[in-house]
Amino acid sequence: MIIKTTSSSDCKEHDVTDEKVYQQRRELIKKMGFLGAGSLLSSSAGAGILDIFSDETTPTPLFSQKNLNYIAANGSAEELTPEGKITGHNNFYEFGVEKQQPAELSQSFKVDPWTLKISGEVENPLTLGYDDLYSSFDLEERIYRLRCVEAWSMVVPWIGFSLADLVKKAKPTSRAKYLVFETLYDPAQMPGQRSRRLGGGIDYPYVEGLRIDEAMNPLALMSVGLYGKTLPPQNGAPIRLVVPWKYGFKSIKSIVGIKFVERQPSTTWNLLAANEYGFYANVNPAVDHPRWSQASERRITTGGIFAQNRIPTMPFNGYGEQVADIYSGMNLRKYY
Amino acid sequence: MAIHVPRQWIPYLKVLVHLAALYPLIDLYYAAFSDQLGGDPVEAVIHFTGIGALNLLLISLLISPLAKRFKLNFLMQFRRMIGLYAFAYALCHMLNFLFFEVQFNLQLFIEEVFERPYITVGMSAFLLLTALAVTSITKLRRKMKSRWQILHNCIYLVALLVVIHFYWSVKSEIIEPLIYFAMYAALMMFRHEKLRGWVEKITSR
Repeated sequence: MIIKTTSSSDCKEHDVTDEKVYQQRRELIKKMGFLGAGSLLSSSAGAGILDIFSDETTPTPLFSQKNLNYIAANGSAEELTPEGKITGHNNFYEFGVEKQQPAELSQSFKVDPWTLKISGEVENPLTLGYDDLYSSFDLEERIYRLRCVEAWSMVVPWIGFSLADLVKKAKPTSRAKYLVFETLYDPAQMPGQRSRRLGGGIDYPYVEGLRIDEAMNPLALMSVGLYGKTLPPQNGAPIRLVVPWKYGFKSIKSIVGIKFVERQPSTTWNLLAANEYGFYANVNPAVDHPRWSQASERRITTGGIFAQNRIPTMPFNGYGEQVADIYSGMNLRKYY
Repeated sequence: MAIHVPRQWIPYLKVLVHLAALYPLIDLYYAAFSDQLGGDPVEAVIHFTGIGALNLLLISLLISPLAKRFKLNFLMQFRRMIGLYAFAYALCHMLNFLFFEVQFNLQLFIEEVFERPYITVGMSAFLLLTALAVTSITKLRRKMKSRWQILHNCIYLVALLVVIHFYWSVKSEIIEPLIYFAMYAALMMFRHEKLRGWVEKITSR
C-alpha cells in the first residue's frame, strides 16, 4: 500500500509545469543560455565605445559543467528562476562583492581534485574526493526557494543528497552538538581572499554552522548541481550546503571541511556584525534586519525590471511545517 | 596656466556634457527594461544611479577649486548643469527605490524612510538637493539675493550626507565608501578658509 502524505509546501497539480514545457526544458534552458550569453556580449559592446584604454580582452573559457544522473523533481509550485540569473547573480565574496563578479572571476576555478573532510566528534571520519561527491549518495533534484538576507529570492532546482545521510554515515558521537562548515581557503584561486577590497573585508575562510538537529532535518541538502548539471564555481562548486529555511548566507559554498563539535561555533557574518546576522538566521518576516525590512522580498524570475515581483516573506521561508518543531520553545526574536 | 576657451565653443561643450550625462542613463534603462542587466536589474539601477549622483555631485564641487587654481573660468558655466544632473540621477535613484524596490507600496516606502537611518539620511540629502535644484533658476536666484548663497552652501552638507548614506548602506565592503569619504575631505580642504570662517563666526557669537 502506498501511503501518500502531503504538506502545505508541496506542489499542487495546477502548479506543475505543463508537460510540453517540461519536455522542452533543456531546449528552453539552452535558449536562455544563449540569451544570457548574448546579453553579456551586448553589454560589453556598449562599454567598448568608451573603453578606449582597455586591453584587448580575450573571453575566458567557461568552467565546464558535467551532466548529472539524478532523480528528477516533479514540477515546481513556483516559476523557476532562469539558469542564467542563478549563475549570474551571486553573493560569493571570495570572488568579489559585486553580484556579477563571481561569475566573471571564478571560471578558471579548479574543483578536481577536491577533498571534503568530515571530522571531529564522529566515530567514522570520512574523506570524500571529487568523484565521491557524486557517487557516494543517490542524487536527487530538489526545487527550493532561496531567500537572501538582502530581501531578494530565487527558486532553484538543486541536485544533491540529504545532509542527514552524510551525518548518519559519519556516526556522530554523543558529544556532537553542532556542525562547522568551512569553505576552501585558497587566495591563489580566490581573488576576494587576496584583496580586502574585492573580498568585502571578511576574514577568510568563510565558516558556517548548524545545530545537529537542523543538520538532520530532511530538507538540509548537500548540493552538487543545479539545472541538471554540476555546480558552476559561482554557485559553490563542487559541493555546497542548502538550508532553504534560513537566509542564503547560511548555505555555505565550496566546502572542504565539516567538523562535528560540542559548542556553538563562531560563524563568519555573525562575527562581522552580530546585531545584524544571528547564528540561526531563520527566515523570519517578523524580525527585521536592523537596516531593512524582512517582511517582503523581491522574487527574481524572468523579464526585465518590471517583472520583479515583491511578495510577502513567509516564516521559515515557507518550510515551517517541516522545520518549526526544531525551534519550539525558542524565542526567535532573541535567537534570530 | 589660463586656458582660454572661445565663447562660441561653450554651447558645443555643453552638448557634450549633456550626452556624457544622459548616455549612461539611457543605456542603463534600456538594459534594465530588456532584461540585460544581470540577475537583479533593480539592485543594478539603484546602485548605478546612486553612485552616479554622488560622482556628479563631487564633480560639481571640484569645479570652483579647479577654476580658481588654474584660472579656468569657463568651467563655472558648467557647474549648474552638472549639479542639476546630480539631482536628476538622485531623483532616478529615489524613484527606482519607490517604483522597483518597494513597488509603489507607499506604506512600506514611508516606513523604510523613517525606520532605516541610512535611508533617512539619504532622503534628507535628496530633499535638500531638491531645494537647491528648484532655486537654481536664475530668476529665483536674483529674487533670493544673499539668502541664495546661504542656501546653496548646503551642498557641502548634502555631499556629506550622501557619503554617510553610502557608507551606511553596504554590508561589509566599506573600502569604496571610505575612498569617497577621502575625496569629500579633499574637496573640503580646498575650502578650508571659507569653512574656518563659518566656524569662527558661529563660535564668536
